[in-house]
Amino acid sequence: MTAGTARAAMGPELAAEHGLTGEEWERILEILGREPTLAELGVFSAMWSEHCSYKSSRPLLRTLPTDGPAVVQGPGENAGVVDVGEGWGLAFKIESHNHPSAVEPYQGAATGSGGILRDVFTMGARPIALFDSLRFGSLDSPRSRYLLDGVVRGVGDYGNCVGIPTVGGETVFDPVYERNPLVNVMCLGLVRLDRLTRAGTGAPGNVVMAVGSRTGRDGIHGASFASEELGEETSDRRPQVQVGDPFTEKLLLEATLELIERDLVVGIQDMGAAGLTSSATEMAERADAGMEIDASRVPVRETGMTPYEILLSESQERMLVVVEPGREDDVREVLSRWELGAAVIGRVTGDGVFRVRDGQEVVAEIPLRPLVGEPPTCTYEAEESEETARHRSVDTSEEGRLGSDGEAREALLTLLDSPSVASKRWIWEQYDTTVGTNTVVRPGSDAAVLRLADTGRGIAATVDGNGRYVQLAPRRGAAIAVAEAARNLACSGARPLAITNCLNFGNPTRPAVYHQLREAVAGIGEACRALGTPVTGGNVSLYNETPAGPIYPTPVIGMVGVLGDVTARVPSAFRSPGDVVLLVGTTREELGASEFLARIRGKVAGEPPALDLEEAARLVELLVEAGHEGLLRSAHDVSDGGAAVALAECAILAEGGPAGLDAELEGEGVSAGALLFGESQSRVVLSCRPEDAGPLGELVGRRSLPVRRIGTVGEPDGTFRLRAGGLTVTAGSRELAAAYDAALPRRMEHEAGLTT
Amino acid sequence: MRFGIVRFPGSNCDQDCFKSVTEGLGQEAFYLWHRQTGLEGADVILLPGGFAYGDYLRAGAIARFSPIMKAVEAFARRGGPVLGICNGFQILCEAKLLPGALARNAGLRFLSHDVHLRVERADTPFTSAYREGQVLRMPLSHGEGRYVADGETLDRLEGEGRVVFRYVDEAGRATDEANPNGSLRSIAGVASEGRNVVGLMPHPDRAYDRVLGSADGLGVFRSALEAAAGAAS
Repeated sequence: MTAGTARAAMGPELAAEHGLTGEEWERILEILGREPTLAELGVFSAMWSEHCSYKSSRPLLRTLPTDGPAVVQGPGENAGVVDVGEGWGLAFKIESHNHPSAVEPYQGAATGSGGILRDVFTMGARPIALFDSLRFGSLDSPRSRYLLDGVVRGVGDYGNCVGIPTVGGETVFDPVYERNPLVNVMCLGLVRLDRLTRAGTGAPGNVVMAVGSRTGRDGIHGASFASEELGEETSDRRPQVQVGDPFTEKLLLEATLELIERDLVVGIQDMGAAGLTSSATEMAERADAGMEIDASRVPVRETGMTPYEILLSESQERMLVVVEPGREDDVREVLSRWELGAAVIGRVTGDGVFRVRDGQEVVAEIPLRPLVGEPPTCTYEAEESEETARHRSVDTSEEGRLGSDGEAREALLTLLDSPSVASKRWIWEQYDTTVGTNTVVRPGSDAAVLRLADTGRGIAATVDGNGRYVQLAPRRGAAIAVAEAARNLACSGARPLAITNCLNFGNPTRPAVYHQLREAVAGIGEACRALGTPVTGGNVSLYNETPAGPIYPTPVIGMVGVLGDVTARVPSAFRSPGDVVLLVGTTREELGASEFLARIRGKVAGEPPALDLEEAARLVELLVEAGHEGLLRSAHDVSDGGAAVALAECAILAEGGPAGLDAELEGEGVSAGALLFGESQSRVVLSCRPEDAGPLGELVGRRSLPVRRIGTVGEPDGTFRLRAGGLTVTAGSRELAAAYDAALPRRMEHEAGLTT
Repeated sequence: MRFGIVRFPGSNCDQDCFKSVTEGLGQEAFYLWHRQTGLEGADVILLPGGFAYGDYLRAGAIARFSPIMKAVEAFARRGGPVLGICNGFQILCEAKLLPGALARNAGLRFLSHDVHLRVERADTPFTSAYREGQVLRMPLSHGEGRYVADGETLDRLEGEGRVVFRYVDEAGRATDEANPNGSLRSIAGVASEGRNVVGLMPHPDRAYDRVLGSADGLGVFRSALEAAAGAAS
């Protein structure tokens, strides 16, 4: 689809070229009572794309819990907001930029960061942190190394330049993401609740202004591109990838916050996906108003741009601002001080119509309600694929047999060297983690912790997902992602408040994929209800597939929480020799869908571990209480790689350098492999001072959770000795650290200097 | 005691400097916009980190032409204390208020982690609160921080005692492993001939409170306060 060149006459064929179905074409004719103009067709195409309309996911998303005592703003705005105390709101949201990153990793990732920052600062919130959740193919492939390198540079350069620290994230490698990497970025921002701004238009007569960068021909139809599968010829899509400019973003951020601080703004929205079209129509529709835009007054950076192109451009770092009449010059003054432009391009009307003029000529006139408020919805047939059911039913009960101490030791070292498990230091050292002087716990822990201005409080956040679990059991896998996020926050000492989610799935018109989506959303809903963490918004990215097939369904959960006292934060790693180590939770013979099974046995099969949501909620309560009472020296979630990997991480990352450990894992009738590497849920590794072991044990008992004293933290540079099921894993703590730390640089270092 | 913090378009550690002075030191700080031509009576000038003008062309290359830099130069020539941190250091080098230049990190990647620094000279207005040889820990965060100058300049800086900070390990040894970006002679910070202008790549402004991981950087600001008090008495 190229704009401005000779094209087919208006009709269902041209509509199909715009990604609209025959049914949708008929509906457009009905809404307008005539054939659409080219500009109108472009507007419908963009607004009814999956990316903007959520047409496949909306009926499912409606089932999610969105209310709670802390929720100030739920789904439907630029970002969700929760009350974090003392008059402060925390705005947060996650967004995907998967397709652009598959084609052009650096710009794709950079503009993803830019978009989510704008979503947060348009709420009047100053961004304080970014998180990234990334998926790539195996690092054995040059393509995956190229994508990882580009994405990390893109996320880093953008956030670093704007001055927002990237303080947490997760990165997982699996061949299913080879040609369709996932790049999800979450942003957190702080706003005084009395300054919270929303994206409305206020009364008719208000003035509409375009602010920030000029509009060019870049990224036209990006929203539609994001709503298709990636084909062999996706490199041809490069022109649909936008180019970011973090310097302009920084100016726009400061100018926007100043506009809001000075009360100059009625409503504001980022011109993100589908650009001017989506921002104008969504703002007006939310306010039950109408809007009239004169395309010829939009500042452009190229000559000869048609209204069609101006409406659909996705040029970055632009905002649509609505102000009361008479305030235009004040707005211009603020923007010009930040060396940015602002132009009046239209006005708010009362007729519920989106009207676009090109000078005198009306080029589009569309009623907003049917365009934005009642877009088509699609419900597809849902049926689990037989293949998945077969993989899940594979018996994994014999996989935990390990023949010797040596085999168990090799398995641990192999898992620590697995890029999905290993240290991500190579990634986060390329991100500015400390700018803004709020970062209290940096990347590498269960959750990042930031201080909340001068209140003494803390904010914790994490992003989590496990595509392999969701692939094998979508409902349980998605619930586990929520539970793991809550456990991570609670380990840091924070009480979980709410989530944002990013649903990365394949083509929903396939029954197997729609089944995954429906079940995963149900699982998220169940877990959020049980854990008291409502959904405040998010993003859906469908059509993540290539000719090689779909990705694992990968819902990513971004969760935020709050600590009453930031100095009471609990680190993940061990602190001092002699501290007592405890394991809370029950270890079962659960190796299905585990990292051990994938890496050591080469199988993606079996049932993911069972999840008791009620128990998960009790564990969260326990951790928050124990942290608050100062009983914990460290707390670390048991997840990928099981208890052995969790204990190794606690030892490797110990305060003052790698520390030894002497511990024993027990469980009746459980194999050595499952004791060491099984991923049974609702388990955490705690350490405490010897004198606190009694009181801590009692506290755990009061929550009716099983707890076992498993060992003692050793000396710095000491030996890591872990017994399980008659076997003993013995390794030097430095040796474990070397495997864990070298995994990424070892695979990436020969790429250094390849690109700039 | 009033600290003037210069904001260029793209400065992003202006708030970190502000909080170091106000929360960490309990003194007054205020912002100066790059278009201003006067310094509003500031006693100390801070050029914060960030990406002034997006670091387009070269870090600091455009910012040095901002109107306020004339006033900063005049202030420095009169002996006024001027501190450049990270991007501020780059700007001071571009403006020739400090010798040498900051090139891309040896590994060609942006780097962000804690480093150890050894205080080489306690006779500047930004290091007088430290002991010579004292080892400090603070964050570093940059893509272009490799200090370079020709051999003659380096020898002169060493000879005149103008190397103010060096990258070292925890024990205070200037090893190759402890040098994060390939800076010549492990130089992390230098002073002007008159010692009143100091620049460094690591961030004392992000190490003013123990809850952030270190309060070792606060001495940089306290030094300026003590130096001014000494000059006044």
